Parts: sequence; C-alpha cells; structure tokens
Amino acid sequence: MAPAATLLAILFLIPIAIVAAYSLLSRGPYGGVMPPWNVENYMRLADPLYLSILWRTILYSFLATAVCLLAGFPLAWFISRSGTRKGLFLALVIVPFWTSFLVRTYAWMFLLRDTGLINSTLQWLGLIHDPLPLLYNPFAVIVGLVYGYLPFMILPIYSTLEKLDPALLEASADLGARPMTTMFQVVIPLAKPGMLAGGVLVFISCLGAYLTPDLLGGGKTIMIGNLVQNQFTAARDWPFGAALSLLLMAVVMAMLMPVLRREKDGLL
Amino acid sequence: MSRWLSLYAVAAYVFLHLPLAVLAVFSFNSSRFTAWESFSFTWYHAAFSDSQLGEATVNSFLIGTAATVLATAVGTLCAYALWKRSSLWMTSTLYLSMVTPEIVLGIALLALYQWMFRYLGLQLGMHTVILAHVMFCTAYVVTVVAARLRTMDASLEEAALDLGATEWEAFFRVTLPQLVPAIVSAALLVFITSFDDFVITSLVAGVDSETLPMVIYAMARKGFNPAVNAISTMIVVGLGVLILLSSRLEHKA
Repeated sequence: MAPAATLLAILFLIPIAIVAAYSLLSRGPYGGVMPPWNVENYMRLADPLYLSILWRTILYSFLATAVCLLAGFPLAWFISRSGTRKGLFLALVIVPFWTSFLVRTYAWMFLLRDTGLINSTLQWLGLIHDPLPLLYNPFAVIVGLVYGYLPFMILPIYSTLEKLDPALLEASADLGARPMTTMFQVVIPLAKPGMLAGGVLVFISCLGAYLTPDLLGGGKTIMIGNLVQNQFTAARDWPFGAALSLLLMAVVMAMLMPVLRREKDGLL
Repeated sequence: MSRWLSLYAVAAYVFLHLPLAVLAVFSFNSSRFTAWESFSFTWYHAAFSDSQLGEATVNSFLIGTAATVLATAVGTLCAYALWKRSSLWMTSTLYLSMVTPEIVLGIALLALYQWMFRYLGLQLGMHTVILAHVMFCTAYVVTVVAARLRTMDASLEEAALDLGATEWEAFFRVTLPQLVPAIVSAALLVFITSFDDFVITSLVAGVDSETLPMVIYAMARKGFNPAVNAISTMIVVGLGVLILLSSRLEHKA
C-alpha cells in the first residue's frame, strides 16, 4: 500500500491542498499568487458574470441528465429483457463509450459544422439553401454531453433492472395490470436506485465538462470547466481559478455522498 | 417484448454508433469536402506522412506504456494490501481521485509542478505527463483488481503459508497467478485512458511531449482536415479492440 499511498499523497492530496491554499491568496502582478490571505476569491463567485456561467453549467447539466434518463431508461430495459444477447447489446453500449472521448466529440463537429454532413446532405437534397447553424450553440453542447455520458445512465439502470424478479412482472400482469401500468407502478419504482445513481454520475460528469463545451460550444456557452481552465491559462488569475475548482469539487462530492453510501459493498 | 421498444433500441444504437461510423466512412473519401466522391486512402497517406502526428503518436505510446506499467504495479499492490487490511483513508482517497473532475486534477497538478520546479529547476515534459497519468489511473487498477480479489478464496494463501511458504512466495506463487487476467484487463484500461487523455495532459505537457490527442485537438480547432478523420478512425478501431480484449479478460476473471 505504501507506494500507492505515497503516489496519491504527492500527486493528488498535496496538489489539492495547494489549490486550496491558492484559493485563499491574492493574485500576483504577473500571475502567480501572493499574500495577503483572504476569502475575496470566493466572494467574486457572486459576480453576475460568473453567476450566469454557474447557472448555465447547472442548466445544461440538468437538461443533459434529463435527456439521458429519458433516452437511457428504455434502452436499459430493452437490454435487460433481451435474454441471451444481453452481453452483445451491453457491449454495444460500452465499446463506443471507451473509445476516445476526444474523437467522439470531434465526430459531432464533423456532423454539425456548416459544411458538415447534416448540412451538406440537407443542401444536396435541396431542403435548405443556407447551412443551419448547428454547431457552436447550446444545442450542440447538450447533444455532446448526452452522447458523451449516456452510458453512465444506462449501466446503473441496467444493473437494477437486471436484478428485478420476473415473477413481479408476471404477478402484476396476472392481477390485470396492463404493460404500461406495470411499468409505472412496478418497474420504475424498483429501478429508482439505478436511476438515481445514473443521474448523479451523468450530472457530475457534466458539471466538470471541459472538452464538450470547448469544442462544440461557442463563446456564449462556456461552462465552469472552461472558466477554470481560462483562469489558469489566459486570464492568469490562479487564486480565482483555484476557488472555482474547489467549489466544483465540493459540489461533486456532496452529490456523490448519498450514492456511495447506498452502495454498501462499494467498488473497492 | 413490444415492437416499439425494439424500434427504439435500434434508434438508440444508431445514435450511439452512427457518428463514429460516418467518420470512418468519410475517412476513405477522396474529396476534402463532405460529399462522397470515391474510395481512397488519400487521408491515411496524409496522416502517415505528417511528421508532427508521427512524433505525437510515438509520445503517446511511450507515455501510455510507462503509465500502464507503473499504475498497474502500484494499483495491484494497493488492491492486495487493501484486501489484507482495509483502510478507510486509502479507499476514500482513491474514490476522491476518481470522481474529481479532470480539469481540477489538471490544474492541481500544474500548480504542484510549478511550485516544485521553482525550487528544483526542472521543466514540464514527458515525466510530468507520465506521473499525472499514473496518478489518475491507479484508482482504476485498484477497482478492477479488488473486484477480482473479493471473489477469491483467502484460504488458499493461508494454506500456502501453513505449508511453509514465505509471504512473498505465497503472494507471487499463489495469489498473483490467479490475478493475472484482472491485472491484464486493468493494464489495458490504463493504456486506453492514458492514450486518450486530453484535458490533464494538455495542462501538464511540455513542448517536447505533445501527445496524439493534443495534435488532434489542435487540428480539429483549426478547421476541417480530413486527415483527422483518418487518425480518428484508426484510434477508434485500435482502442475498440483493446477494450473488447479487456472486457473478455474481466469476464473470464
């Protein structure tokens, strides 16, 4: 354990502690940090400009999570009911998920840009004259987030549905419930833990998103992740970037706690 | 099962796979525009003859391999130690390192490196990228190996000890061989994660350690270049094979 403990202490805990310290310092004249110690950086989060970015991040994350839930649940249900081909259908969800996040985001640029596949096809068909503005807007960012994190929703829901006793469905049908009634009265209530876990996983991933808004969004769709990156590079305001990072981390941890508690045996 | 559900599933799988499939198809298009002309390897030639891409690919392989070896070794030992004696501190820290947003990990490491370099006079480069990758990949290894250890019978190792094996012998000759599929599976995951990482890498890389995702990112931002389609297709196919291999091994374990 000692090597892992040393590694995580030096490369994870100490860096986070440095960020925490920076968040309480002031910005130096050439970037960097200097005393005095203060909480000014946290106060600045209330600035309307930053509040609007925070609000947008929450809104996009919420929308993406809602779409993932609505789109992911039926697919998880389909996989859990598909008998011997479960493994195949599950692999079809997992494999694209593991192949390069960057490439998957780039694929949407290829589809959505002005000269992209969707626009050129529509123009070729004569349906539109000028290209539709599909890229660099909130729509593209949310599509990218959904595409990026959909498996985070499907997998936990699938694992709760998988454990569902088929006798319950038969009992419900025998008692005269129609399939839709069974779905809403029996299946969905029992799948709640999976939906909650999936929802939290997607939501926190979206909160920390950087690449998706960076590549698919424009200047008006930046999210917290981009703001953090900007403070550490172009803006050279490390203390404020550090405060933002800690805020992001705190929100993510607070949301994960209930889910981790529920998973008694845990992952480790 | 209702027909509607099956239809929906088809639509959902199309959504998941079509973007990558389209990218792959158009990587063989001879035209530089997004209209099909004819089949050709033009963009593969372009990708292979690009020296910047070549250099970045070599860097990505070097970093991926080094990170895989280190993270797998450290993570396996850690999982084994946790199996012997659980530690809430260690487990929580591993969890935390897994759920912290990448951008936060990246800037935290950057802050650490800057702070260290002020006193040590070193610079950003391959070594800083490798260390960063080892850090965020170790938790994956622990997760995969720990899952395998939980299904294992502890009495086998105890039997070895009773029969006079030293602790090292018991670990290397009894426990480790049973862990091999899980370790290889974890190593593949680390390689994929390392090879693909952009957010953390771009923050802690130096001028001599540009990786493949960094070059692709720069090319994608600059405007449309069909060579990116060709490299992307190769990456998706390559990593796809590795992930299938990894999940096979994990199921076997």
